[in-house]
Amino acid sequence: MSSYNNTARFSEARRVAIFGGTHGNEMSGVTLVNLWTKNGTEIQRKGVEAVPFITNPKAVEKCTRYVDTDLNRAFTPENLSAPGGNDLPYEVLRAQEINRIFGPKGSPEAYDVIFDLHNTTSNMGCTLILESSKDHFNLQMMNYIKKSMAPASCLVLMNEHPLLKYSTSRSVAKHPVGLEVGPQPQGVLRSNIFEAMRVILKHALDFIELFNEGVEFPPCTVEVFRVLEWIDYPRDANGNIIAMVHPNLQDCDWEPLNPGDPMFQTFDGKTIHYQGSGTVYPTFINEAAYYEKQQAFITTRRETLVASAIIKA
Amino acid sequence: MEVDQMVPLPRLPRVAVCGGTHGNELSGVYLVRELLKLQREVMKKEQEEDSKPALVLLVLSNPRAMQHCRRYVDTDLNRCFTHATLNGPFSDMAPYEIIRSRELNALLGPKGSPEAVDLVCDLHNTTANMGLCFIGYSDCDWICLHIFRHLQREMPDTPMRFLHFDVSNKESYSLDSLGKHGFAMEIGPQPHGVVRSNIYTAMKVGVQHMLDWVRLFNSGNVFEGGFVDVFTMVKHIDYPRDSETRNITAAIHPCLQDRDFCLLHPEDPLFQTFSGETVRYKGTEPLYPFFINECAYYEKGIALSLARKRRITIPAIRVQTEQEQQANEQGFASEEEE
Repeated sequence: MSSYNNTARFSEARRVAIFGGTHGNEMSGVTLVNLWTKNGTEIQRKGVEAVPFITNPKAVEKCTRYVDTDLNRAFTPENLSAPGGNDLPYEVLRAQEINRIFGPKGSPEAYDVIFDLHNTTSNMGCTLILESSKDHFNLQMMNYIKKSMAPASCLVLMNEHPLLKYSTSRSVAKHPVGLEVGPQPQGVLRSNIFEAMRVILKHALDFIELFNEGVEFPPCTVEVFRVLEWIDYPRDANGNIIAMVHPNLQDCDWEPLNPGDPMFQTFDGKTIHYQGSGTVYPTFINEAAYYEKQQAFITTRRETLVASAIIKA
Repeated sequence: MEVDQMVPLPRLPRVAVCGGTHGNELSGVYLVRELLKLQREVMKKEQEEDSKPALVLLVLSNPRAMQHCRRYVDTDLNRCFTHATLNGPFSDMAPYEIIRSRELNALLGPKGSPEAVDLVCDLHNTTANMGLCFIGYSDCDWICLHIFRHLQREMPDTPMRFLHFDVSNKESYSLDSLGKHGFAMEIGPQPHGVVRSNIYTAMKVGVQHMLDWVRLFNSGNVFEGGFVDVFTMVKHIDYPRDSETRNITAAIHPCLQDRDFCLLHPEDPLFQTFSGETVRYKGTEPLYPFFINECAYYEKGIALSLARKRRITIPAIRVQTEQEQQANEQGFASEEEE
């Protein structure tokens, strides 16, 4: 990428992958990828090679999040270079395989864009997940998607936190894009959630096609929600959860949470209040998969990022 | 059955409340854990109030599935309580849940014997938008029907239905069939692996009202007769599937999603295929759908179930006096067989 008159130049985004089944029980992505593997007409765009791919087939077969370990945390440098062959956990082997096919991560041969399709039990609606505030290509894509979907909402979650950031399957690509749509129970396919994800991808692929044709996208601002911290459930001395997300907070993803607002309700009915110093915007509220990760919800801060103009190099 | 007929029924000294029969249905798991903590206080309160205490057995049915937050480890525990499974040849190579079902039968049963607990309430969650449902095998178990009616009155803001699966005693397969009386309390919608505070609270309040009812009943309270709407399961409908892979090729139609217990008419939309076509209900009789898009039923080949609704009359009931109990020992046994 080079800057010229503040317009960022990127090489053509020709190699694009669409990952489904990174978590085997998140059904929108599994269903869409299977559909497009059978018939890829819908994802065809001029100048784009779009590859649908099931990342965790064993987990998909068992309709479970993962077999040995969470694939979407497995793409660490240690894992990707680990020797050991078949002794390694299934998902570590899978990560190495995916890195071979779509990477290597960090190299010029890596895929240009990977869309990773996820569902959540949280009431997050349509959410795009950004991993870097400096990825102007992704910022412009997300701006395009948001504008195309308006008035329907599509928010951007940005996880750039040095400690909380994790090594996702999409991180193999130069431009990783997470799609998170909810609420949907694990193992369930809801028609409205499925169609919403389909529409997001349609706009995303349209953007890439336009970009590859040489369209210049002028500078824009993008509102994002920046990850601040994870909040765990209150637990007893043995580590058992002793409270639930409060009814006032349940389903209120993206709504302001102020100091003193109800946050948790103990099993015998007492309220635990949010003790932070300022207003935050919670999300991933009551995500099933995060109980074991000690995460009841995450807090975010609203920010406006500026994306420079972009054009194909 | 006449509304003003009075039916004396045997006392209910032993009640079991079971959670975690499916290890990822968390309201019941957390509620039973919480009740275990409070158990001493509960029993002390009963002695202080000088009411006739019922013994409440609190059971976490499938601990291994709970540990992994999965529905089951080897096989669905809630299908392992048929007489055949409980009394079949023993093997320590048997699936975990079959070994467990026999342990539970020893604890709460034996099924069909005079030693069985008097009432089993088995706690479940569903991803379907069903509100609070009682699920039972009988449409003439007056105990269960009266408890249901009591909850309806005490919890008027909670959508509540009585679901009847017309399965004979011989074929009954679920945990609640271990007791002399039993039902499942099914509450949704809640994703598996999640506890939603509103769903948990509804279950907690429902169980409390059930235990209150049992106390009142055992103390001699008369419960007036009346009417209860009962939904009797008629059939299941599976998803359209690919003939080779057996993968589903459609999702529940947006017009049907979350509309449990809204009457489904012939030609109403059922499914929307992934290419956008509508698949319609081809039955001739309007029926009530339920368990619409229950996660655990994909593998059982059930997209939704359909029920007929009818109003049944329930008689007034009260607990038998001791003389009545002794005199009717024989009569009680034959009433149970019916």
